[in-house]
Amino acid sequence: MEVIYTGLRQTPEQIVSAAIQEDVDVVALSILSGAHNHLFPRVVELLKERGADDMLVFGGGVIPEEDIPFLKSKGIAEIFGPGTPTSKTVDFIRANIKRPLN
Amino acid sequence: MNELVRRCIAGDNRAAARLITLLESQDRDAYAALYRLKDQAGRAQVIGITGPPGVGKSTLVDKLITQFRGRGLKVGVLAVDPSSPFSGGAILGDRLRMQSHATDTGVFIRSLATRGSLGGISKATHAAIRVLDAAGYDTVLVETVGVGQSEIDIVRVADTVVLVSVPGLGDDIQVIKAGIMEIGDIFVVNKADRDGADRVVRELRAMLAMQVQLRQGQAPLSGPDTLAARDPDFMHHAGLEPGLSTGEAQESSVPPVLKTIAETGAGVPELADAIVFHFERLKKTGALEYKRLESIRYQLSQFVFDEITHLLSLSELSKVRDDLAQKVFSRKLDVYSAGMALFHSIPEQGATHEHPQT
Repeated sequence: MEVIYTGLRQTPEQIVSAAIQEDVDVVALSILSGAHNHLFPRVVELLKERGADDMLVFGGGVIPEEDIPFLKSKGIAEIFGPGTPTSKTVDFIRANIKRPLN
Repeated sequence: MNELVRRCIAGDNRAAARLITLLESQDRDAYAALYRLKDQAGRAQVIGITGPPGVGKSTLVDKLITQFRGRGLKVGVLAVDPSSPFSGGAILGDRLRMQSHATDTGVFIRSLATRGSLGGISKATHAAIRVLDAAGYDTVLVETVGVGQSEIDIVRVADTVVLVSVPGLGDDIQVIKAGIMEIGDIFVVNKADRDGADRVVRELRAMLAMQVQLRQGQAPLSGPDTLAARDPDFMHHAGLEPGLSTGEAQESSVPPVLKTIAETGAGVPELADAIVFHFERLKKTGALEYKRLESIRYQLSQFVFDEITHLLSLSELSKVRDDLAQKVFSRKLDVYSAGMALFHSIPEQGATHEHPQT
């Protein structure tokens, strides 16, 4: 796997542009600010607008349990809380990736 | 694939990105797409940005994007980072310093992992340049992995190579290691607000002047068939070009050494000027054609090399190789004769191998 790190405090527009130019399979979002209910769905929306809804989007960070159903309904495939082992995330990616691996 | 090519030429970034991915994964259909892109290629100036790790290449690229955008040019960036030889994976972080341009539609940034290539760029870099060129990017900046002492493939793909250094890298001799000095068309001493910047500039200038002198000294010795005599750039360096006096030729042929502070952008406009000037000069002297032809020759050789490597990985040939290896091990054959036998069995075994369509 190749991971492209874009840095902290990116806007949804910046994230989506980068995802498209890099032609990624997965967009992984991390957030601690509490604005996830606004920013995560915005990323999914913009990807859809630009015809890139074949990318798997999931999130992590400090996200209250009660927000998770809403985020999933908005197209965020999964939310991983603090302390999630890396292997769990890797397995999730392998199982849920939308484009076939070559 | 045709649809992808059409959209790419029309400037659709998603299509360009997809094509680069397919070329990276050595998709045979995507190679065929290169054929359809050929009429659109060759317009962009390809600029290589190279130098040791930590000298500020990414930050410099970020500021150069701003400069070229300010001049109304569309800018493509290919940022190469190393793959892990153990896991095959990569963490690509060059983009981090360029994200302020992420939403500018005139800028396309793509990270490439080396995936086993040792020359400082990835195998797909050349194809990715062609894609960005065809997609209408006027300038393509290629940032290499940190140059050690052999990662000089960038000269094979770039029209203009910028070699970045900083004060305090240590031993002076590091600068003059054979093969590194020769690849730069423009030299940059970044982080020039640090102590010792002027000294690095002086040393670089002295070295470069000496190189030019050496080449001029060799001129009378070169026969018509030597590489030097065929190289218009060399002719230019040697002051042999018609229309320029020796003095003028000499003056303009010493690569410039510039100081920058990428963090603040100081010196970057001058660097952009020098890059544009170098390209204009290449075009004017005919050296550009020579450079590009040389690069194509190299790519052709590389292509055949890669094909043979691929053939050797196929079962029939790897079996021949393993049998020969046994014979060398049991001292029935030596490595040289076994190698020749393997080499000669390639056409036979390779004939059944499917070739990419053009």
